[in-house]
Amino acid sequence: MSVLLVAEHDNSNLKAFTLNAISAASKINDDIHVLVAGCKCESVSKEVSSIPLVKKVLLCDSQNYENYLPENLAPLVTKVSEKYDHIVASANTFGKNFMPRVAAALDVSQVSDVIKVNDSETFLRPIYAGNAFATVKSIDKKKCVTIRPTSFDPAPKTGGSAQVEKIEAVDVPNISKFIKREETKSERPELGTARIVISGGRGMQSGENFKLINSIADKLNAAVGASRAAVDAGYIGNDHQVGQTGKVVVPDLYIAVGISGAIQHLAGMKESKIIVAINKDGEAPIFSVADYGLEADLFTALPEFLAELNKLNTIQK
Amino acid sequence: MKILVAVKRVIDYNVQIRVKEDGSGVNTDNVKMSTNPPDDNAIEEAVKLKEAGKVKEIVAVTVGEEKAQETVRKALAVGADRGIHVKADSYIEPLGIAKILKKVVEKEKPDLVFLGKQAIDDDCNQTGQMLAAILNWPQGTFTSKVNLKEKTLEIVREIDEGLETLEINLPAVVTCDLRLNEPRFASLPNIMKAKKKPIDQMIAKDLGVDITNRIQQLKVEEPPKRKGGIKVSSVAELVSKLKNEAKVI
Repeated sequence: MSVLLVAEHDNSNLKAFTLNAISAASKINDDIHVLVAGCKCESVSKEVSSIPLVKKVLLCDSQNYENYLPENLAPLVTKVSEKYDHIVASANTFGKNFMPRVAAALDVSQVSDVIKVNDSETFLRPIYAGNAFATVKSIDKKKCVTIRPTSFDPAPKTGGSAQVEKIEAVDVPNISKFIKREETKSERPELGTARIVISGGRGMQSGENFKLINSIADKLNAAVGASRAAVDAGYIGNDHQVGQTGKVVVPDLYIAVGISGAIQHLAGMKESKIIVAINKDGEAPIFSVADYGLEADLFTALPEFLAELNKLNTIQK
Repeated sequence: MKILVAVKRVIDYNVQIRVKEDGSGVNTDNVKMSTNPPDDNAIEEAVKLKEAGKVKEIVAVTVGEEKAQETVRKALAVGADRGIHVKADSYIEPLGIAKILKKVVEKEKPDLVFLGKQAIDDDCNQTGQMLAAILNWPQGTFTSKVNLKEKTLEIVREIDEGLETLEINLPAVVTCDLRLNEPRFASLPNIMKAKKKPIDQMIAKDLGVDITNRIQQLKVEEPPKRKGGIKVSSVAELVSKLKNEAKVI
């Protein structure tokens, strides 16, 4: 039997992490069907049908699913899941929100945040903020799995032509109402998928001082991240938080500035390919995971860093 | 109005955990334990609502071994009125915990259930959503702001893209984010008073729900270690290394 994957989108475009989830799903079984539930989201179903790994698209176009309320979405996924062995979604705030409702409705124990698929029932997942890896085997007949998108490469987007089948909406309980969504719009790359991330911590001392980080981010075409301390202090919005309960990032280059390196922060970035730490405290734990550590005051180091970058003839984009 | 708050005892968030050599799990002997951090936010928010006169009673519940009572006792010291300890000797998966909590909800009939958004040991992020599902209640996950109205609750949730505001009907399940509030410390007199507050005992396996685990933990291992890096002496050296050695810029 096949895999049902629930697509994340904004009713116009597919969210990038769905591609990573599809590539993870292909390691479970290659018969992948993708559910696109939303409102006036036909363009998303077309986008999904062109992904070569996708065998079939199920489109459920209804006002019920406009804002992906889990109370509405979970009963639909539960109903559609009858024909499938695996139900898969990304382990981000989208998947984490509705998937446990599906699992509970099916009386299935969910496997959360998978970083490696061993076979169709055995998975590797981090526990204790990534300080241990557990190999787990699900013995439920049906399996509900959320996958950590940054642990899988995105599936190729074009070349396929999967059939799109329209399906009916199911009854909704009318117990929750969407009011509004405040999204931070940025010209910079998305934190979750950026090739370079530069993050600031408590050491930044103010939101104003993040302009030092921003100007380097612009130069390197990097995304801007932050530690929980910086978000809690109000220097920057929650959507920038990297860590155990924030975002997990795996960029080619991660630059941690004024971040001490609490276990919870390391959980979100220590799989990055190259890690740079800039901190005036030479004993800070962040240096233990850094490939290149610079013990310096960030208020002198960051302007110097920008000046050095400006001297370079070329910078990779 | 009545709030049920679920709390979990976990290895303290400051402890560097150690994986057992035989791969069977993580060492918990002689390790400092405390309340799961976002569960403290859940208790705090309930107490704030009570102080604001919007809530009459707070009941704190935990599921776990004998010592898990400590987390309930701490909740009582911070302001919960009563406690419930559902005894269970071994690990129960979120699905089983949700079923146990449903039994407690049926008995206590709260208007709201508050939980932390995620436990920092198994990092599952499931229990609140599962409880909401089997109760057919709405949920507010990753909640960083609550506004309790007469028959509904307005919540602000932290999502990947920013913030989302929802209005959910009561009764409801709320899972609390660390930014919901700043948990207080219990004062000594309140810790003393908490010792006199009642904690009811229940036995998990006597509740008549299927709590058998469906996920076998085959092996627990340490993650691959990062190779030690170097310290550079100047910004110029750093940029040169990034350009010519690591080739990332």
